[in-house]
Amino acid sequence: MILFKNIYDWYRALKGFRKGLATSIIVILSVSLAELIYQKSHNLRFISPIIILLVVSALIGLITKIILVRQFRSFLFIVPALAIFSIFYIYPFIKVLQLGHYNWDGILPTMKFVGLYNFIEVMKDKVWWQSMFNAGYITFIALTFQNALALILALACDRQMKAGNFYRIIFFIPPVLSAVVVGLVWQWLYDGDYGLLNHWLYAIGFPNLARSWLSDPKTALTCVAIVHSWKGFGWGFVILLAGLQTIPHEFYEAARVEGANSWQVFKGITVPLMIPVFVLVAILTVLGSMQSFVLILTMTDGGPVFHTVVPVTRILNSMIGSSRFGYACSQSIIFGAILLAISFIQKRVSQNMRQA
Amino acid sequence: MMIFRVKKTTTNILVHLLLISVSITCLFPLLWMFGSSLKTQGTVFSDMSIIPAQPHFENYVTAWREGNFGRYFFNSLIYTSTVVFGIVLVSSLAAFAFSRLKFPGRNAFFIMFLAAMMIPLPGSFVPLYVLMVKLHLVNTRLGYVLCLINVGLSFSIFLLKTYFDKIPKELEDAARIDGCNRLGIYRHVALPFAKPALAVVVIFNALNVWNEYVLALIIFNSKDLMPLQRGLMIFRGEFLTNYPLLMAGLTIAALPIIVLYLLMQKYIVKGVTSRVAFP
Repeated sequence: MILFKNIYDWYRALKGFRKGLATSIIVILSVSLAELIYQKSHNLRFISPIIILLVVSALIGLITKIILVRQFRSFLFIVPALAIFSIFYIYPFIKVLQLGHYNWDGILPTMKFVGLYNFIEVMKDKVWWQSMFNAGYITFIALTFQNALALILALACDRQMKAGNFYRIIFFIPPVLSAVVVGLVWQWLYDGDYGLLNHWLYAIGFPNLARSWLSDPKTALTCVAIVHSWKGFGWGFVILLAGLQTIPHEFYEAARVEGANSWQVFKGITVPLMIPVFVLVAILTVLGSMQSFVLILTMTDGGPVFHTVVPVTRILNSMIGSSRFGYACSQSIIFGAILLAISFIQKRVSQNMRQA
Repeated sequence: MMIFRVKKTTTNILVHLLLISVSITCLFPLLWMFGSSLKTQGTVFSDMSIIPAQPHFENYVTAWREGNFGRYFFNSLIYTSTVVFGIVLVSSLAAFAFSRLKFPGRNAFFIMFLAAMMIPLPGSFVPLYVLMVKLHLVNTRLGYVLCLINVGLSFSIFLLKTYFDKIPKELEDAARIDGCNRLGIYRHVALPFAKPALAVVVIFNALNVWNEYVLALIIFNSKDLMPLQRGLMIFRGEFLTNYPLLMAGLTIAALPIIVLYLLMQKYIVKGVTSRVAFP
């Protein structure tokens, strides 16, 4: 018994020693790391060193706490994910906020701080707003035409499930294809001289409608939007069909017994129950369409004369084309902020609708 | 009664007509792509039959050889397999920890991963490139693979976590009594339990990686390292007006995806519909 107590005392002493050691290591580490950060980074000069010290010591304290606590081994499970994620997601996210305030060509080590000048230039850039308008137009077509088609097809398939499975396989083929393949095939169909579309127009007797669809400023954007919808409606269809199948059959039967016709059933049962799914499809459509650009890169590359540019191709152009990295960053920030705002508004709207 | 039945069959016929016509619209461009790839440069502009009477399969051989397709195909295979393997490994470990283990900051980290899905990728092209330059990962296979693992991570972690949450507590306890530690439970209980979700993660990420274009555009400038989608664009630049060859190249690029999709379409639909439960 005495022996046991002794060991226990030893253990407590050791524990106390360990705690003291850990504390001193934390203090030394955080002071030296804060010093290092303060010395190395020019951008942080305007923050007081005390704040840096506080942040660093808090971080190190948290890390050591995790290490000292028995759950350290549990924490190890997420370390690989966390490492990749912080390097390739969080770092760029923070870096873009900084680079947006600089003039930089991406190669030379000299970066010139220009404050908000880049943002003002983006705001004044007519082509940028043209690109926003084009993306908005494509999104509008996708939201109305594409989603209406998806809904009609989903309603049609919901009635007869065996055939529905077959059609679902076909309708989801365009979404799984790569945008490069889709863009190049449709470019060939739209081709002005030898394309199939013009050939058919000649065949059915409308030769004056034939044109080179993708280089005509009047039709280029709509043609791209149609291809985008062709590629995208399968997503909406599959999600809407899955949503429709969660509605219990008893609801429909009860409505039939009450003598409701198809339209009343649709309005009274399907729509109210499907609102969360509608909102989800709308959010996915808007985010997907605003960011779609590979199709445009392959079909028109922004032409004719900026008639099909979208924000992402503008960003890539400023970066790869004209080597204005800072400017590209401020474009990215503005574009990202707009996308975030859109998805927040849509989430809020959906919550309000759910409560109502 | 008779009138009712007639009305029902007519609507049925109309519905099927609509479905069939949309299906044709879906499939026709692909058929046209395949058909054009079998014509020659001389007949492609005049022969408007869908499948030509004399198919020229040698276009595929020419495209494969001239377009450097062997190289691109091999690269795409490497990237797809390594990225999918990496995503499955990293995301299943993390999802298991988020679902079954306890450690300080667990919920905060999980919310952080979820929030990342809100940040659009185009927002970080430039800093990502800058980072790649700094780490000397520009124009390397490793850099591309790591970037793509990162892209697929959030969704996979979320999907796997919802699945791991469903593991019965008794199963875990039984394994613990049998002497399994955390890693053992992960390997012998969690992974086998989540097989359907793992299949979804594998298929979904494989499709994404195979079809990925823009990161390849940013990271690679050496032809030997480019994946298929990037190679297609180069090929198109070199054979601008040779449509049969171009269509043969596109068919080569599209075929593996279509075959994979037709084999695994059950899991793909599952992956899409799992987004219905997305926060």
